[in-house]
Amino acid sequence: MADYYFHMDHMTVGYNKKPLIKDIEIGINKGEIITLIGPNGSGKSTILKSISRNLELVAGTVTLENNQIREMSFRDLSKKMAVMLTERIKTEYLTCYEIVATGRYPYTGRLGILSKEDEDIVEESLKRVHAEELGSRDFNAISDGQRQRILLARAICQQPEIILLDEPTSFLDIKHKLELLAILRSMAKEKNITVIMSLHEIDLAQKISDKVVCVKGDHISLFGDPEKIFTYDNIKDLYSIDNGSYDPVFGSIELPRPKGEPETFVLAGCGTGIPVFRKLQKENTPFIAGILYSNDIDYELATHLATEIIEEKPFSMISEESVQKAKAAIDRCSRVINAGVPIGDLNQVFKEILAYAEKNGKLEQEDRKTL
Amino acid sequence: MGKTKGEQPGTGTFRNDNFRRRSRYTAVFIILLAALFVVVILNINTGNVHISVGQILKIIFSGGHGSGAEYNIIWKIRLPRIIMAAVLGGGLSLSGFMLQTFFNNPIAGPFVLGISSGAKMVVALTMIYFLQHFSSVSSFVLIIAAFIGSMIATFFIILISHRVHHMGTLLVGGIMIGYICSAVTDFIVTFAEDSDIVNLRGWSLGSFSGMTWDNVKVGVIMIGVCLVLTFFMSKPISAYQLGEAYAQSMGVNIKVFRVLLILLSSIFSATVTAFAGPISFVGIAVPFLIKRLLNTSKPIVVIPATFLGGAVFCTVCDLIARMAFAPLELNISTVTSIFGAPVVIFMMLQKKRGNN
Repeated sequence: MADYYFHMDHMTVGYNKKPLIKDIEIGINKGEIITLIGPNGSGKSTILKSISRNLELVAGTVTLENNQIREMSFRDLSKKMAVMLTERIKTEYLTCYEIVATGRYPYTGRLGILSKEDEDIVEESLKRVHAEELGSRDFNAISDGQRQRILLARAICQQPEIILLDEPTSFLDIKHKLELLAILRSMAKEKNITVIMSLHEIDLAQKISDKVVCVKGDHISLFGDPEKIFTYDNIKDLYSIDNGSYDPVFGSIELPRPKGEPETFVLAGCGTGIPVFRKLQKENTPFIAGILYSNDIDYELATHLATEIIEEKPFSMISEESVQKAKAAIDRCSRVINAGVPIGDLNQVFKEILAYAEKNGKLEQEDRKTL
Repeated sequence: MGKTKGEQPGTGTFRNDNFRRRSRYTAVFIILLAALFVVVILNINTGNVHISVGQILKIIFSGGHGSGAEYNIIWKIRLPRIIMAAVLGGGLSLSGFMLQTFFNNPIAGPFVLGISSGAKMVVALTMIYFLQHFSSVSSFVLIIAAFIGSMIATFFIILISHRVHHMGTLLVGGIMIGYICSAVTDFIVTFAEDSDIVNLRGWSLGSFSGMTWDNVKVGVIMIGVCLVLTFFMSKPISAYQLGEAYAQSMGVNIKVFRVLLILLSSIFSATVTAFAGPISFVGIAVPFLIKRLLNTSKPIVVIPATFLGGAVFCTVCDLIARMAFAPLELNISTVTSIFGAPVVIFMMLQKKRGNN
């Protein structure tokens, strides 16, 4: 049996002894970043609350270095584990500095008076999240995003070995999202702190996580490496997406492709197609994309947005068959857009296709300046 | 709010802030102590019978050995009354502070949540029973009766708070509990024998009059012990201010903590009610004013300051109760309501604005 640093062993979680998610079996090594993903209300918070002992387990155990956390004193656990929650904190006349300083709680004496070292750690923690300038401000008077950073500083200030975060990126703008994840990454990799969090942004989850847990209603549908989990089908299935799609290569979400019979043909390649595809998608115009090498960046997006793709194997000459397909497509369409694909040795035939479109009076040049 | 130039990076950015804050705390404590001192002097010196300051000092330093009308007025009437007004006022304010912490709402207090009225009801019952059967009743019995009453009312309030999470509704529930208990008390008083009523009427409306040195002993010990215990709870209270989940993650045993909080708060309000009857609004107004004055809600400073503030507030109110229409004496709640209720209204208005 593997010895995990942190182990959820046949854990069943829920409220008031009513099981919600059953038989969770997850082993975590020290310094790993584990991300819980899943739709709203699937139970990500419930799992986090259960392993932080905020909720009692319905069944099973959670062990930290082979000690059952249920049997540890709250004080001992607080030196090992810090949390950052989504619930709103109501404070009166407390500065951000004082909020962060509560992280020193497990280390201060009977009356909780900060020593000089404690004060230094509070300050370092504020610096760590780039929030020194917030220190003197009233916690109620700052923005949600700033509050989020202060609460992270508070958790850091507790100097934990393991940190639990419930949707730490909500309310943050993109800069601070990236900053927060960078902080977590460096804590995990430099200080060997284990991070367990829930995230809504699956694109970021894919990029930061060592392991991913898919929480779907009453069970863990998947657990493992992000490379295995972030596939088109898994994500579509996890979130029951039926009006859009997930791109595992870029980790991006695409809106549903335009419906209907395509009347537009786009000659694209080398990324020139992306802005054209997006524009057509926004206009809700169905289109055919071609002739795309299947390793082309345009190809990846076209799989989500184009009604049809005329494709070619990578690094080969454009075949006569594809050219015929393209011409047939042009015949069916009322207009042809030249996205401005560069023409080299392998795709000389594009000239012929463009000329064919021109001859039929269907060619539109995409004005690249407007894009 | 950046660093001062030339300062070492990483250290001391907030030292100035911390220093400024601590200076403010010190100033507030000095002001409160000075105010208490002045009010106590005024209180001793004010009354229907005028006694010179020299005479007063002589009586006080005689240590309880003396005779004569002046001695009796100072030593047996005014001094115990002042001490009780101060100590009970402090205890009542802390009771409010604890309830506010517990319910995470600044408008919670023993009076508005019906806890004082619960204590009043059981004390009234006990008084009548004891006066009928034993002709006297010790202050300890009254404190225990008040404690039982407080706990009964608190139990119902906690029950309601589990069902409704909206604070306004909880307060309405508390006020209703208060009305029920007061109605029961009135009912008992109406059917009590004449001699009992005299005792009960004054007490059930709240008053610091008629305190004895025996009362003072019991009151000071009860409130003193609870004050020390409360002060040593300031660390978990500070964690609890961030909410239950955070407090637990910092190592607070929530179940034990919540029980302690309620017990202490109930003992405070029970002791006050047993001696002085229900006193309104002190429990809300004083902690609020103190937090504003200190500009923090950190319990380690707020707890002692609230106690002092409550002492000042109640001795001032008692002075007014005694002197405003002398020789007629007002109920203490009449005076505390006049000063306390507007503070609560102000708080609610301010809260509304803060939310928008």
